[in-house]
Amino acid sequence: MEGPQYPKMYLYRRLVQAKLFIDTHYAEPIDLDAIADEAAFSKFHFIKQFKHIYRKTPHQYLIAVRVEKAMQLLNDGLPVTEVCYSVGFESLGSFSSLFKRVTGITPSTYLARQQALKAHQASAPLNYIPGCFAEKKGWLKK
Amino acid sequence: MITKLTHVNVWVINQDSAYDFYTNKLGFKVKLDLPMGQDGRWLTVTPPGQPDLELVLFPVSRSVFSGETIDSLKHLVQSGTFGVAVLTCDDIFATYEELSAKGVEFSKPPTKEFYGTEAIFKDDSGNWYSLAQLT
Repeated sequence: MEGPQYPKMYLYRRLVQAKLFIDTHYAEPIDLDAIADEAAFSKFHFIKQFKHIYRKTPHQYLIAVRVEKAMQLLNDGLPVTEVCYSVGFESLGSFSSLFKRVTGITPSTYLARQQALKAHQASAPLNYIPGCFAEKKGWLKK
Repeated sequence: MITKLTHVNVWVINQDSAYDFYTNKLGFKVKLDLPMGQDGRWLTVTPPGQPDLELVLFPVSRSVFSGETIDSLKHLVQSGTFGVAVLTCDDIFATYEELSAKGVEFSKPPTKEFYGTEAIFKDDSGNWYSLAQLT
């Protein structure tokens, strides 16, 4: 298939590469100026175009990715301190406050809730799936 | 009175591969991943921004079907018989570029239609989806 042609294709490709760079390097200290340089944009133009596509500035997007990854690691049961540094935050205080701003609860409360939910799911998995599927698969049989 | 669509069944060839495709490529979130019965696995994912609609990634396996049916269904899935759903996005060109960069295979690039701009891609099993920007 021949690649598509559409207006501002080169612009899209550079912005998507910048977004993917954040997606894969979120745990490192990311210099957003360097990303703008890499994408061959002025910083102002870069932020404006990025926000136009992703509805967030690059910095807001980076924070969102870090919090999202933190939620995944907390879902896996990792301790809050370890999660904080694993996703690129430099202090527990800023991690907790940003996490709470995004999710409405602190990381430790989130961890405790997820652990309780997982324990319940493990003890009574059939409560979490539609009965018709379970019956079809024979999971309801004793 | 029917109020909502909550679960959509998607036949997949391999659940591990589907897990990777739907989460790491499409950006869906895992809602439930629970062992069931002897060798079963209940795996559901939700589209970003729509946590109450679960796609059940159901394997074409011997615990549900006979051997002949499995072969037929696998063939149908892999040959791209089934279109699962329409997925919408804010910016189809950015989404198309990102998914392409992640190795998602498109059979139709973003194309202007009377209802919006549409592209078509397939998942790792062969099911196809319409990706649309409706405005």
